[in-house]
Amino acid sequence: MPALSRFRLARSDWGNQSKIVQGNKVEMLSGADMLIRSLQEEDVDYIFGYPGGAVLHIYDALFKQNKIQHILVRHEQAATHMADGYARATGRAGVVFVTSGPGATNAITGIATAYMDSIPMIVVSGQAQTHLIGTDSFQETDMVGISRPVVKHSFLLKSADEIPETIKKAFYIATSGRQGPVVVDIPKDITNPIDLFPYQYPESLTMRSYSPATRGHSGQIKKAMAMLLEAERPMLYTGGGVVQGNGSKELIKLTKTLGYPVTNTLMGLGAYPGTDDQFLGMLGMHGTFEANNAMHHCDILLAIGARFDDRVTNTISKFCPHAKIIHVDIDPASISKNVVVDVPIVGPVDAVLKEMIRLAETGVPDRTEKQIQILSEWWDQIEGWRRQDCLKILCEEGSKVIKPQHVVKAVYEVTQGKAYVASDVGQHQMFAALYYPFDEPRRWISSGGLGTMGFGLPAAMGVQVAFPDETVVCITGDGSIQMNIQELSTCAQFGLPIKIININNHALGMVKQWQDMQYEGRHSHSYMDSLPDFVKLVESYGHKGFKVDSLDQLEGVLEKTFSLKDQLVFVDVIVDPEEHIYPMLVAPNGSMRDMWLKKGVRT
Amino acid sequence: MRRIISLLMENEAGALSRVVGLFAQRNYNIESLTVAPTDDETLSRLTLTTFAPDEQIEQITKQLNKLIEVVKLVDLTDGEHIERELMLVKIKASGMQRAEVKRTADIFRAQIVDVTQGTYTILLTGTSGKLDAFLRAMEEASVMEVVRSGVSGLSRGEKVLGI
Repeated sequence: MPALSRFRLARSDWGNQSKIVQGNKVEMLSGADMLIRSLQEEDVDYIFGYPGGAVLHIYDALFKQNKIQHILVRHEQAATHMADGYARATGRAGVVFVTSGPGATNAITGIATAYMDSIPMIVVSGQAQTHLIGTDSFQETDMVGISRPVVKHSFLLKSADEIPETIKKAFYIATSGRQGPVVVDIPKDITNPIDLFPYQYPESLTMRSYSPATRGHSGQIKKAMAMLLEAERPMLYTGGGVVQGNGSKELIKLTKTLGYPVTNTLMGLGAYPGTDDQFLGMLGMHGTFEANNAMHHCDILLAIGARFDDRVTNTISKFCPHAKIIHVDIDPASISKNVVVDVPIVGPVDAVLKEMIRLAETGVPDRTEKQIQILSEWWDQIEGWRRQDCLKILCEEGSKVIKPQHVVKAVYEVTQGKAYVASDVGQHQMFAALYYPFDEPRRWISSGGLGTMGFGLPAAMGVQVAFPDETVVCITGDGSIQMNIQELSTCAQFGLPIKIININNHALGMVKQWQDMQYEGRHSHSYMDSLPDFVKLVESYGHKGFKVDSLDQLEGVLEKTFSLKDQLVFVDVIVDPEEHIYPMLVAPNGSMRDMWLKKGVRT
Repeated sequence: MRRIISLLMENEAGALSRVVGLFAQRNYNIESLTVAPTDDETLSRLTLTTFAPDEQIEQITKQLNKLIEVVKLVDLTDGEHIERELMLVKIKASGMQRAEVKRTADIFRAQIVDVTQGTYTILLTGTSGKLDAFLRAMEEASVMEVVRSGVSGLSRGEKVLGI
């Protein structure tokens, strides 16, 4: 071994082992120590992970320090979702450690989830020893290959001296431009504690092949603002890019200055205050009547950090038929991908919006009486759509049956709209998005692009780790919660006082709704039989559980739940199993104004 | 329509798989692909031909540019360009046929690079169309084996793809 070590030192091109840094010789560290030190340099405070053979050296290095805390999960998928929740809530990259083979493959769903929603994440995976790669050795899998389609970038390290620069690059790539997950795959042998290498963390970085835009094209911005100021039926449509790009303040300022209506995508909720008058609610498949109609009828559409997803546009050929479209996005590949736009602007949302605000501030006072009149007519039209009250809860007077909407509304009231809300995927996700208006960005934590069931609980945990004193709610369903329910154990170990609201309809509600609507009610495998007694289950982990099935008790139980500040509380809410989520865009071949408003009633 | 996309990328393990993977995962087609290190050995030059509608070409080039390892990219078919492909063909050539094969090879300015009693191995360079024409000129039954390099190309004039 010493011989090998000497060989490695000799061939390393650092050549500066005797270089004097601050009066000291360059520090000699093992690969594992270099990794931990590099992560410390990036101010990582938490790592979510699960140890195993290929990362034992790394875990030993982790053990010997106390700057970074490690959260031990019960399944690697949950580690990635926790890191994801942490990243969405804080804006900083979440960091994950997994071992090779099954550890790495278990992480894939979480990596793909982060990729689809452009969430910064660093996943360090162990790999078989270099000389065993390609031999089908124990717990070997081609992590770089298997993760390739769902990462922003990935690295397979060849030698320990690459570690500091690779970590620096990984963080830079993950957190700049259109953010995303980066995988760093590290063969076990290069983390060996016996082999020492000179360690120096690079202060700066240049990458000739990667330089994300830092500002938008001024000419394009001027052109866009000229169109926007002339608009008769303007509409702002903003997505997750405004949240991830920290452009919320600027969006509010621009929208207020212009006095235009605004809608957020599922991913963009909270970027504009949900309780503000200019906000028309979420748009898209389960968007509000007013938001979808305003989209369909607008003449100038300003899209910011949104990507014209098929869950937003409905039939592309019928999308915004009267509108000229301006699109601001950091990712050039998002522009004119699904919908061809008239004015593309590539740049970070905050910088572009700042320029737009300046132009709006000088342009708005010059509006003519006529323009003001036309705009107020547009608002009148919108108010007409609003009066439809598409989110009104339809239930029998005096009935004690709980509707899912009641649950979300009650949670909103009890938490005064100030909680961090993580959701799983399905009907409950849409109810949460529609009935819990968020007034701030980074409060709504939901898997939009990939639609990952099992995301909610671990994501909520990641948020709670980042903000131990905040109220963190996981709104979930009886299907989704069972996809990562093992994490109740992690919550017990690390004392995470999450409030889990299980909207229990004894079914895979969204699947069932589609089967009701499109398959004549044939419920092929969408019911949940043999559900556990959730109260007993959570209590077996040492948490508190409540069950509620009567509307008159709902509020009381929730009050009690949220008063238990230091405890994880699971509320199993038995809701009307027949309830559907509406509005819902008519598909296929519908436009955005074609909606189901309630069972059997469409526009 | 047919496009020739030429790009410079970091000469690193895994870079090629990202380019090829991109085409597979986004359902684009690759007609031919050729790649080798350049005079600067930290860079590889990759040339690929694809058939796609214009909107898709725009997406392909944007998505390729998004790959971290891709340094620069050009769609050669956007402007005047030179393209060449190399082909080796092994052809049955005996008796009467032997002279005819030789004559056709001469017409196409091909070289015979290997000879046996019953075969010629012919080297031909040119545009893909010329190569296709040569194969059509040969009787189908006489063609024993074909290997083509895929298209390489450069822009005409002083334009260069460099860093």
